[in-house]
Amino acid sequence: MRTLRIGAGAGFSGDRIEPAVALAEQGRLDYLVFECLAERTIAQAQQRRLRDPRQGYDPLLEARMRAVLPACRAQGVRIVSNMGAANPLAAAEKTVEVARALGLQGLRVAAVLGDDVLEALRGGDYRLEERDAPLASLGERVISANAYLGAGPIVAALEQGADVVLTGRAADPALFLAPQIHAFGWTFDDWTRLGRGTAVGHLLECAGQVTGGYFADPGFKEVPDLARLGFPLAEVNEEGEAVITKLPGSGGLVSEATCKEQLLYEIHDPARYLQPDVAADFSEVELEQLGPDRVRLSGARGHPRSGLLKVSVGYVDSYQGEGQISYAGPGALERGRLAVEIVAERLRLTGVATSETRGELIGVDAILGARLSANGSAAPREVRVRFVGRTASLAEAERIGQEVESLYLNGPAGGGGVTKAAREVVGIVSVLVPEGLVHPSLHLLES
Amino acid sequence: MRLRDLAHSRTGDKGDTSNISVIAYDPADYGLLLRSVTAERVKEHFGGLVTGSVERYELPKLAALNFVLRGALRGGVTRSLALDAHGKCLGSAILDLEIEEA
Repeated sequence: MRTLRIGAGAGFSGDRIEPAVALAEQGRLDYLVFECLAERTIAQAQQRRLRDPRQGYDPLLEARMRAVLPACRAQGVRIVSNMGAANPLAAAEKTVEVARALGLQGLRVAAVLGDDVLEALRGGDYRLEERDAPLASLGERVISANAYLGAGPIVAALEQGADVVLTGRAADPALFLAPQIHAFGWTFDDWTRLGRGTAVGHLLECAGQVTGGYFADPGFKEVPDLARLGFPLAEVNEEGEAVITKLPGSGGLVSEATCKEQLLYEIHDPARYLQPDVAADFSEVELEQLGPDRVRLSGARGHPRSGLLKVSVGYVDSYQGEGQISYAGPGALERGRLAVEIVAERLRLTGVATSETRGELIGVDAILGARLSANGSAAPREVRVRFVGRTASLAEAERIGQEVESLYLNGPAGGGGVTKAAREVVGIVSVLVPEGLVHPSLHLLES
Repeated sequence: MRLRDLAHSRTGDKGDTSNISVIAYDPADYGLLLRSVTAERVKEHFGGLVTGSVERYELPKLAALNFVLRGALRGGVTRSLALDAHGKCLGSAILDLEIEEA
C-alpha cells in the first residue's frame, strides 16, 4: 500500500524556518505544507495590499522560499501554502523570482484566487455569526472579506502539475487534505476518507504544537530540546490512516498526549468539525503510541458538508492605547493601584473618551483576575501596571500611553520602565455564504 | 488532590469562544474526571471571566473532556483589550480545580 509523506513547515506566519529546511532535506517528503494565516492576518495583509498592489502576501514568503526551494527541488517535494494571504498572485510572482535567482528553472507555481469575496457580498443580506446584527451594520469600516476555500482548487493545481501552490484564505486542514485527495484519488463525496484526511491535517496544521511545542510543564510534562523542536510529518496510507512522527535527532516529542492535545485544539463539538469539504467527526478517534515519537491516528470519520462557507470579514473596529510602568520593593502593590487610579482620573480630566478600559497589575490580577491568581497573603514585591483603553481615534489612544508616561514625574514614588503603544484595532467577524457564491480560479506561472 | 495531578490541558480560541481540553494521564482516571469536572464546576471556577455558557463534550476513547466556554475572550481575540487575548492561560488555570479522591 502506498504511503504519502506530508510535512508541516510552519504553523503560523512568524514560525521558525530551520525545521522546515530539515524536513525538506531529510524527511523523504512528498509534500511540505506551510500554514501561515491567523484570523486577522489576512485583513492586515489586505491593508498592505491597498497601500502597495505588489504586497499583501506573507512577509516571510521570500525568506521561506529561499530557504526551502533548493531542497524541495532536489528531493521532489511539492509545496502547498496559504502564504498568498491577500495577494496570492503577487506571492506566486515573488516565488518565481526567488526560484530564478536560485537558478531553479521550470518550477511551476500556482496561485489560487477567488477567496476574496468583498465585492460579491456587497448589497447582500448576511447576518454576523458573532452578534445579532447584519453585515451592513459595519458600513464603510469593512476592509476585507475572505471565504475559507476547501481542497478543490488546490487539488486542481496539483493535477495541472504545480510544484508550488499558493492560496489566500483556505481552511487550514484543506492545505493538507488536498495532497491526500490528489495522491489517492479520493472523491469529494467520500466523507469517511475526507474526514480522516482532515484529522491528519488538523494534527499537522500547527506544526510544532504536535511535536512538543505548547506542551511542556516542568515537573509534569517534560519535553526534550525545545530550542531544536522538530516539526511533524505524517505517513498517510490510502485509507487516510496515518502515523504522526518527526525527524530522528530533532528536539521535541510525539506522544499520545501531544497528539490528544492537538486533536482537540480549537475544536468545539468533536463530532462536527465543520470544514468546507466535510463535517469531520473526531469523536471516535484513537491514538496509539507505536514507538518513540511515532503515534498512530485512526478512527476519524466524516459526514456530508453543509454547503455553506465561512467568510472572515475584517473591519476597522476601534483604536487601542496602552501604557505600562513598574513599581517594586515595599508597598509596590499600593503604589501600583494608586497609579491606576491616577491614570483613570487623568483621562477623565483631560477629556479622553474611552468606551472600555482595563487598569491592572501584571503578576497580581491582569490575566486570570485577583481570585484565581491569589497565592497566599504575602504582598508582591514587584508589580507592573498595565492601563489599556479603547478609543475612537488614534490620537486619543496615544493619550493613554502619555498619561502613564507622565507618572514618571507626577505619579507615585519609584515608577520605572514605562512602555507605551497605540494602534488601530482590526476586528474579525464572520458570515456564512452558499458555496455557489465563491468561484475559485487558478493562475499558473513558471520560472 | 488537584486536577493537575491527574490530567493535562490545552486551550484554543475561535472568536469570543475558548475551548479547553482536559485529558487524563491515565485512562483509568477518566471516570473520576467525568464525575468531578462538570460544566457547572468549570463555569463556577472561572466566574466572571466567562460571560456565556459552558458546554462539555466527552471523548471516552481519548479519556478526555472538551469544554467550550462562550464569552470567555473579552469580546473576541481580535478586539480584546486583555493581556492574554487568546485566553491561552485558561487551560493552566483549570488544572487548579480540587478533585476529591475516588
